[in-house]
Amino acid sequence: MNVAADKRPTVAIGSSATYQFKPKSSGLLPRGLTFLAVLIIIAILAVIMFNIIYGGIGVISWEFLTHPPEQGMEAGGIFPAIFGTVALVILMTIAVVPIGVLTAIYLQEYTRPGSRSTRLIHLAINNLAGVPSIVFGLFGLGFFIQWVGGGIDSLFFESSRPVWGQPALIWAALTLALLTLPVVIISTEEALKTIPSEIKDASYALGATKLQTIRRVILPQALPGIFTGGILAVSRGAGEVAPIMFTGAAYYLPYLPSKLNDQFMELGYHIYVMATQSPDVEATKPILYGTVLVLLALTFMLNLSAILIRSRIRSRRVNV
Amino acid sequence: MYKQQDNIELESLQPQASEPHNTTSRDKRDNASLPVKMTVKKLDFYYGDSQALYGISLDVQRNRVTALIGPSGCGKSTFLRTLNRMNDTILGTRLEGTVKLDEVDIYRDVKDVSVIRRRVGMVFQKSNPFPKSIFENAAYGLKVNGVTDKRVITEAVENTLKRAFLWDEVKDKLQRSAYMLSGGQQQRLCIARALAVRPEVLLMDEPASSLDPLSTSKIEDLIGELKRSYTIVIVTHNMQQAARISDSTGFFYEGRLIEYGSTKQIFTNPTKKKTEDYITGRFG
Repeated sequence: MNVAADKRPTVAIGSSATYQFKPKSSGLLPRGLTFLAVLIIIAILAVIMFNIIYGGIGVISWEFLTHPPEQGMEAGGIFPAIFGTVALVILMTIAVVPIGVLTAIYLQEYTRPGSRSTRLIHLAINNLAGVPSIVFGLFGLGFFIQWVGGGIDSLFFESSRPVWGQPALIWAALTLALLTLPVVIISTEEALKTIPSEIKDASYALGATKLQTIRRVILPQALPGIFTGGILAVSRGAGEVAPIMFTGAAYYLPYLPSKLNDQFMELGYHIYVMATQSPDVEATKPILYGTVLVLLALTFMLNLSAILIRSRIRSRRVNV
Repeated sequence: MYKQQDNIELESLQPQASEPHNTTSRDKRDNASLPVKMTVKKLDFYYGDSQALYGISLDVQRNRVTALIGPSGCGKSTFLRTLNRMNDTILGTRLEGTVKLDEVDIYRDVKDVSVIRRRVGMVFQKSNPFPKSIFENAAYGLKVNGVTDKRVITEAVENTLKRAFLWDEVKDKLQRSAYMLSGGQQQRLCIARALAVRPEVLLMDEPASSLDPLSTSKIEDLIGELKRSYTIVIVTHNMQQAARISDSTGFFYEGRLIEYGSTKQIFTNPTKKKTEDYITGRFG
């Protein structure tokens, strides 16, 4: 360094001005800083994973996965919560994917990109994505349970006991669907954008209508993107507690939900309950760890299977 | 483009003029007396506010190859796409004047554009097979136009692939992806796909511009065969190609049709200075 600085070259340019070129720094500092940032993230993740696995792995057993909680959640398993979570996520996916995909198709195929109305819709979608999840929960309570459910009850049911106008699996799933809608719309739109216009032109040139082109050419091409949207929605939805605590999740249920208007237990909510509402928080701690581990594993497995399905679709498309 | 090209074109034109299957009227190469398949009158075309075509009038002769030449951005591709209403798919475009297919005004008399696109097929510059099997590509046009009988489709696929001289190369791998084919084969598949719906006119937008010389000559041979049964309009940047394969040639410049006549006349005795400059390679 010092030697180089001493020999700093002096170059004469043009008539009178002389310039000195400063030697470049070695770049060690930025490299070190960025690496440190990465290291912090990896370390935090490692601590979390280690803590959960260390605390939870001992509890995991076939009994734990297949039995309901017992003795005020200090013993027994978490099967109803696993069942409820899976049912919730499946119903949510059934609701969110068609609406999200149709919205994306409308935006990409039926409106002029960048037009005022398209930008307005995108603004709305982005705002929807920014709404805190607790607000979705309150919206679900007010809109789905009191207005839609209550409306159904007063129209079709005589009894004073609410049938649909109460927290239920269906309302929680729809609330979660609203929450995850932007994710599905945006990833489907990204997929639609990548489809070359030449292929659409080829379809139109053969006399295909817009609908036929969408159904036969565009959607099959966009399928991996739609799956990505579904994956992201599922992993987001499966971990949310706030939207379902008013709309359907139950503290404890002696039975499994069998109808759409049943309440249900859910892993995330169960964790919240055990951590804050249990009669003896210390005594439920091992089960709490186990439940967190199961929730993580379940989300991981849902993601993994969706990724596998997506890559299978991709490879099938390339080497028919 | 090439200094010596005039000679090449003259030579390549000679055998065409005496093709045995040509009728007497065709041999005369008299534009006015040939049967007309498509008639374009006073066509103006706009992308939003900017005008792309100015008062184009042109007759496309039946069972002939009409070549459209001109520098990039001269409007020849835009013009080609007005012949099967492909420009309808671009938002904000506008058109004045008439385009007739036989006696039908394809803009005013036709509600369902798919009818026009079936009768006037199109092959694009970049080969654009669907990400489907070879069979599905060839069958697509039939399927979207309501043909459901599997036997009919299978037969039509075989026929159309034969007509595009592709059958022997692909008959054992019809279920494989079209993307497995070479560029030239893909383009012939696109031609086969267009022919499957039995169009009357085939529009080709620089169909060989991205292909190697061997594939190009295959496509050119194919075009020579196809004009027996179809009317062909081809946009090309390659003037030797226009001279080799076409019967009539139109020269486009800055959105205007500068000159239109028999290929022989355009390439040997152009009446407009601009045409002469372009075909002798002084600009473009």
